[in-house]
Amino acid sequence: MKLFILIALAFATPALADSPLPPSPWANRQLPDPRQEARARALMEELRCLVCQGQSIADSDADLAGDMRALVRERIAAGDDPRAIRAWLVERYGDWVSFKPPVEPLTWPLWAAPILLLAAGAWLIRGRLKR
Amino acid sequence: MTRWRFIPLVVLLAFVAAVTWRLTHPPDTAIRSKMAGKPVPAFALPAALPTKPGLTSADLAAGQPRLVNIFASWCVPCIAEAPLLIALRKDGVTIDGIAIRDRPEDITTFLARHGDPFDRLGADRDSRVQMAFGSSGVPESFVVDGRGVIRFHHYGPIMPADLPTIRRALEEAR
Repeated sequence: MKLFILIALAFATPALADSPLPPSPWANRQLPDPRQEARARALMEELRCLVCQGQSIADSDADLAGDMRALVRERIAAGDDPRAIRAWLVERYGDWVSFKPPVEPLTWPLWAAPILLLAAGAWLIRGRLKR
Repeated sequence: MTRWRFIPLVVLLAFVAAVTWRLTHPPDTAIRSKMAGKPVPAFALPAALPTKPGLTSADLAAGQPRLVNIFASWCVPCIAEAPLLIALRKDGVTIDGIAIRDRPEDITTFLARHGDPFDRLGADRDSRVQMAFGSSGVPESFVVDGRGVIRFHHYGPIMPADLPTIRRALEEAR
């Protein structure tokens, strides 16, 4: 029985949960202008993939990440500012789609916490430091 | 001064409380579109099938609330959702579809097999309109009122338990 299952697994096909269409042309093709491509890549590495949420869209293999890369490249090639593209996505998905959350009343603890924790730690060991 | 020694313990207990709370209240992993309350983005999608008209943003501001279903023939949960969409259509709900990254032959097969609830079906081959709606996957549904404002977003397939909420959202969108 175990052998049968092992052999059956060798023939298992993945669940059909992916589009049969090929990736968008600009998903994987670099822009001809190297400066535009550099701006596009910089932005891609700061945008979160909505499907594989730990990765940036630059790293993710998901179809939607490819379409988001195509969106970024097409808009940069059309002359859009990367900040405007980021804002467009944040308007639709929220701050978490950007790996660089803005410094706002709600998020300043995120930025301040490491510094505060370091300061607290230093204060706790201030006796030892003086020696 | 000796009370200060309890601070690390208090910090530890606060940390344990926070972790315990989060373990017992897991975060909601549904990605809620931020477009609820905003007007439908301007778009014009070609017809996904020769037998059905395509979908434009103007169609969604035609005076009556409509349900926009982000759909794909390759989407497995869409199979479970199909009977519920048919039931909503029988109740008089107008359902428009946006087919994500799909081919006409595959859509035809899917609709023949699982039923066809769509009035209009637009082809979104590069997910651009899906992103404009703030949708991140299939299936998802949006209730749009007669003036073209997105009123409600439903993440994932519509299940029987979701029907009352969807119906209420459609009522409120009148």
